[in-house]
Amino acid sequence: MMNALHSGASSSHPIRPQTLAQKVIARAAQQSHVEVGSLLNCQVDLAMFHDSSGPRRLAPMLKELGVGIWDKNKVVLVMDHYVPARDEESRAIVQLARETAKRWNLPHVIDSEGICHVVLPERGHLRPGMFCVGGDSHSPTGGAFGSYMFGIGATEMLGVVVTGEIWLEVPQTIALDWTGVLARGVCAKDMMLHMIAQLGLNGGQYQALEFTGEVVQGLPMQERMTLSNMGAEMGAQAALVAADPVTVDYLLGVGVPQEDLQGWRDWHSDAGSFAHIHHFDANTLAPQIAAPHSPALTRAVTEYATTPIDIAYIGACTGAKLVDLRAAASVLKGQRVHPQTRLMVAPASARDQEQARLEGTLQVLIDAGAQLLPNSCGACAGYGATFEEGMTVMSSTARNFKARMGPASVQVYLSSPYSVAAAALKGQIADVREVLT
Amino acid sequence: MSTPSQEAAPGSRVWRLGAQVDTDALAPGAYMKFGYEVMAQHTLESMRAEFAAGVCVGDVIVAGEGFGVGSSREQAAGVLVHLGIEAVIAPSFSGLFYRNAFNLGLLLLTCPRASEILEGERVQLLESGVQRPRGEVLPTKPIPDFLLEMVRAKGLLNVLKARIKSGEIQAFPEL
Repeated sequence: MMNALHSGASSSHPIRPQTLAQKVIARAAQQSHVEVGSLLNCQVDLAMFHDSSGPRRLAPMLKELGVGIWDKNKVVLVMDHYVPARDEESRAIVQLARETAKRWNLPHVIDSEGICHVVLPERGHLRPGMFCVGGDSHSPTGGAFGSYMFGIGATEMLGVVVTGEIWLEVPQTIALDWTGVLARGVCAKDMMLHMIAQLGLNGGQYQALEFTGEVVQGLPMQERMTLSNMGAEMGAQAALVAADPVTVDYLLGVGVPQEDLQGWRDWHSDAGSFAHIHHFDANTLAPQIAAPHSPALTRAVTEYATTPIDIAYIGACTGAKLVDLRAAASVLKGQRVHPQTRLMVAPASARDQEQARLEGTLQVLIDAGAQLLPNSCGACAGYGATFEEGMTVMSSTARNFKARMGPASVQVYLSSPYSVAAAALKGQIADVREVLT
Repeated sequence: MSTPSQEAAPGSRVWRLGAQVDTDALAPGAYMKFGYEVMAQHTLESMRAEFAAGVCVGDVIVAGEGFGVGSSREQAAGVLVHLGIEAVIAPSFSGLFYRNAFNLGLLLLTCPRASEILEGERVQLLESGVQRPRGEVLPTKPIPDFLLEMVRAKGLLNVLKARIKSGEIQAFPEL
């Protein structure tokens, strides 16, 4: 008020340009605009949780509080971590999730049909401009659809389901801008591993990321999901891609009504709103491989010495979507994996697996010698089936922290599904560009 | 770490850890299906095998950058509460872990000079810093009041309980 009285010329406070993240947060906080750094309460449009983070933690606490959930229509429960149940404890966890879903009469339950971050958009639950939370660290995946989605723990989820709200410090947005053309066999996973190597595991500083540029605009939705997914590995709270016709086509294709998508053009960052812009060149990007035991230990494949690989693993929300299965199949078509290497494929969703079967992608992988695993988090979560002592693994998953996917002796390298397939074929770390030509 | 001293000494005993201590190290996936009794026995076993058995109520962890990186599993903070850790002091934390810790009542102190603190020394936790044995105070960043309230209440669950009781939160009926 003081400023307005003294400035004379301007009758109102100037509004700084707003990022996509700020616009979504402003709507959720019922404000016209929001300032970076301010603390706000936001109304949650959608809360997703799974068998591990959800009912088994929430139900006892809700009982203790003697209250129910704020809006069952805004909740999506996915059974993906402990399925298929391998032992008594896992069975009890899944059973509790199923019983709770019935008791709460939840309309949106996806049981043993794929991994939460992949089935959520696949079932049309996400759209541009939504403000969402997920009981899983890879929840930034939802940002690929122009929604603001972030991961929270089970007790914080309790707060959400009791009140329908969550607090937030309005983040800056760091833009990650890609120009050029990706080489054949180089994809979103390589882009993301490279960015993590450049900026570090905390490069996102718990702020928002936004992926921009012609390369990103040229990526199909599931590749964009890979970028947003690993925003978690960069320490970002959310990792967004502004909606465009590719987004709209995908969402119409999964049954989102046209009228729900009317305003998609509103959800973009204003010019001059980014705190930082990092520029990357796709033309010079080689396939990237992260060495044990951190995604930040990424280097170009050309910098690796010959390293034999025991297990080639295509799995998880990060690396076993339909687009990833197709990438692996393009490398393995008409070939058999190396006799010393086992190829395991855990398609990220039942629908993706069915599409892969219909189009022949799945048969290519099976003919190459792939062992097909259930549509669940599998070895990536480390909650059930993991790799045996001493194995060296090339994996299309997101995280290779020590002792995550098996005993501490397991050495996990991370790469794209193309590079996992190349390693399976050659029995060692290999440059997929040479295999594809 | 030598065997824990039985005699009372002033301040909190320090366990030093490196940078990027991840949630798989804090709460290994293989034990996530069990309760805190079991999980806590395996806390940090992949990087500091003697930790879970040697830790005493009131000890503090002093770590490097990015403490708590990785999963959303709040058990990574919960095991430290279960073991009686009074606070974690580090130059930076994973944002997701930061929220989880306060939600479970675990105090995190962001201390840019944390690396100066030594293994086994005793520190005092002050309002604006960490005091080392010779009196030097390493400043820590201020924490919003609503997060400190969660530490005092020993977690969000108790905060919610109080607010529902006072009518501050309009609770939805039990299912």
